Amino acid sequence: MEFTTRGLLTLLHGMGFGALYLLAFSGAIVELRRRYGNRGQASVGPDDEKFLKIYLVTMAVLAWLTVLTGTYLIYPWYRAVPPVGVANLAGFPQRLLQSNPATSAWHSIGMEWKEHVGWLTPIAATMAAAVSIKYGRDLRSHPQLRSAVLCFTVVAFLAAGIAGFFGAMLDQHAPVEGGAVIRLSQGEPR
Amino acid sequence: MNPGGPVIPRPQATLPNGPGAAAVLSAGIGSFALSILAIVADKLPAIKSLLAFYKPTGPLSGVTTVAVLVWLAVWLILDRRWRARTVALGLVSAAALALLVLSLLLTFPPLADLL
Repeated sequence: MEFTTRGLLTLLHGMGFGALYLLAFSGAIVELRRRYGNRGQASVGPDDEKFLKIYLVTMAVLAWLTVLTGTYLIYPWYRAVPPVGVANLAGFPQRLLQSNPATSAWHSIGMEWKEHVGWLTPIAATMAAAVSIKYGRDLRSHPQLRSAVLCFTVVAFLAAGIAGFFGAMLDQHAPVEGGAVIRLSQGEPR
Repeated sequence: MNPGGPVIPRPQATLPNGPGAAAVLSAGIGSFALSILAIVADKLPAIKSLLAFYKPTGPLSGVTTVAVLVWLAVWLILDRRWRARTVALGLVSAAALALLVLSLLLTFPPLADLL
């Protein structure tokens, strides 16, 4: 059982930061609705308030880590240009996808959309965290602001979902591999 | 006794909505800037090479860096202007959300290619 350093970092980008953000989304929506919903009956103590702020800041940090690792670590490996004469494109995912008409759209639509749409998420998540920190419990008195934060959080989730879906599909068709091999265990010879 | 049940007083706002509106609108503008920059970099080779701040990542590095700078600059300016003000938040939120949804659509390559 082994994997490469590039494969491990891609896993950290997608399953570590990205998937954790997507998992955290439902919790954020429930908490924002429960605490600042129109009924206004939920009692929000200082500890609850602090928890929500930390939760939203953590989500924003996860979103930033996802796009930064994706853009500056994984993407250069993905778009690497093979030297002239190289026939095996396994280490060059973009070229591998483009070499086959059946997979080229995974790059021209999938990666082209993913590389940009993913960046909408940290912007929206940072805004949600900043508004939560600034207003705290006072957010209950600003229903329009609360609705705007909720809408941005939902669109940010949609953007992260699109990026995550295409990330998983791209990894399935042309995985980013290479670098040192990390061996976890040696199988028994048959 | 209120026949409709107990009346729960709504808490009074202590902060004006200006800073929140600044955060929301700047996020919409920053997102829109990202989608426009991505389209421009795709259409114009000169801009594409100009935006390749970090060669291994290519123009994506410049597109995202400039968009983030636009977002933060707009946020800073609006926050200073609206810090102590109450603004028409419904209008601001609608504009910001429209920009965000438009950004989501404009980053979709088949739609961007139509422009």
